[in-house]
Amino acid sequence: MNKKKAPSDIPFYAAMWAAGGMYFVLIIALLYADASYTSIDSIREALQDKSIQASIWLTMQTCWITAVLSIIVAVPTGYILTRFKFPLKRFFDSIIDIPIVLPPLVIGLSLLILFNQVILFDRTIEELCISFLTSLRSILPNSPIFDLPTGITYKVPAIILAQFTVSCAFAIRTMRNTFESLDPRQENVALTLGCNRSKAFWKVVLPQASFGIMTAGILAWARALGEFGPILVFAGATRGKTEVLATTVFLEISIGNLEGAVAVSFLMVSAALIVLIMVRLLGSKKRVW
Amino acid sequence: MVSLENISIKLGKFALDQLSMEIPASKYCVLMGSSGSGKTTIIEAICGLRRIHSGKIILNEIDVTGLRPSDRHLGYVPQDGVLFSTMTVRDQIAFGPRVRGWNKRDAIERAAELAASLEIEYLLRRKPAGLSGGEAQRVALARALASKPNLVCLDEPLSALDEENREKACYLIKKLHQQEGFTVLHITHSASEAELMGDMTFRLSEGELTRVRLN
Repeated sequence: MNKKKAPSDIPFYAAMWAAGGMYFVLIIALLYADASYTSIDSIREALQDKSIQASIWLTMQTCWITAVLSIIVAVPTGYILTRFKFPLKRFFDSIIDIPIVLPPLVIGLSLLILFNQVILFDRTIEELCISFLTSLRSILPNSPIFDLPTGITYKVPAIILAQFTVSCAFAIRTMRNTFESLDPRQENVALTLGCNRSKAFWKVVLPQASFGIMTAGILAWARALGEFGPILVFAGATRGKTEVLATTVFLEISIGNLEGAVAVSFLMVSAALIVLIMVRLLGSKKRVW
Repeated sequence: MVSLENISIKLGKFALDQLSMEIPASKYCVLMGSSGSGKTTIIEAICGLRRIHSGKIILNEIDVTGLRPSDRHLGYVPQDGVLFSTMTVRDQIAFGPRVRGWNKRDAIERAAELAASLEIEYLLRRKPAGLSGGEAQRVALARALASKPNLVCLDEPLSALDEENREKACYLIKKLHQQEGFTVLHITHSASEAELMGDMTFRLSEGELTRVRLN
């Protein structure tokens, strides 16, 4: 009988914990550094600053709009990529991942060129959008709540477009994983029970994908919150006009107000933490499919 | 009556060619065959879930070959039941009738009636998570029968059940078949199941469909 004992498991566990632990410690150290550099007074002062208040308000508006738009696009796109076979499917799938891998500044630059250099019907896309918005403005009555933008580049729509371009790719990936985890035979059963494709989707698929949709929306929201590079290039960082929290941090640093920048960063960290905990809680809900 | 007239199906390298079979109305037909022989493919073709390359599928003297699954008015019980995880058992059973335009009260009454016949009344308020294999199969059967289809296709409905549950399920299916008079196409590996359940049996082997026994 072979009496040789198996080697101890301790080195294996130690290596695993050391690798994971080091990264965890790095993130905690970053948060500690932020927390130690700011104070409740600095955060309170930042919250009372009119331009930072406007920045928080604009950030919330643009992030929510981006999250909703991302879901509207991600649900059908994720479904098509999961359920249907079509020519060049892998190519389309790869194209959708491009915003995830491209440097953020390149996305901003590409949007800037697309809207201001590409000519359609003898005009740039920016000019076409301005004409459309001007016509819309003449038709719609003035609203005290919602003011129609006068253009795209260096204006609020540019923030949303820059955030959407990146966030939507993450939302599509999430929805694709969600639909892949659902048994397509359920739709087949629904078809034999009298549904057409659309009814099977709304009545059977979508209710089961609800956690995935929420996760995709929250991830898109969080991604939009942290977006900076494409916003800086495509929307600019004009104080009080195209200033979101990420650009506020940049503007505060550029005028030498490091404490203000850290206080705003701390607000962003708190928001991100809340969102990530929500995602984890949703993800940990027992999946019944 | 169900009639397959020279149907051919191609799935990559796998192909079924020129298959024909006929099941008289209200008969219980069992289709046997080894794994991978194409039994499920035939049921999917009858249900309209798989396109056939040639031939005709006739249900109650209507050529349904080009019709969508929803227009064929048949019931389908896939392997493992495949229940809708977000619906209660009651909503699940009433789903077909509701989609086909029944009013809510009639659909709920029909669900209760089938639940009573299949002895699953105690499950009506529950969702599928946590149901045993036998319970899930009975719910799937009730769901398939709820809108009173002419034909019910059962894809190995008893394969995941233990001996005791299998006997009970056999008895309940036969009882409902006699009560409601629908035609059944039942797939199985088991010769004893075929003998117990079938009025007629076909075997699919190496692309050939042959009738092996008439009870």
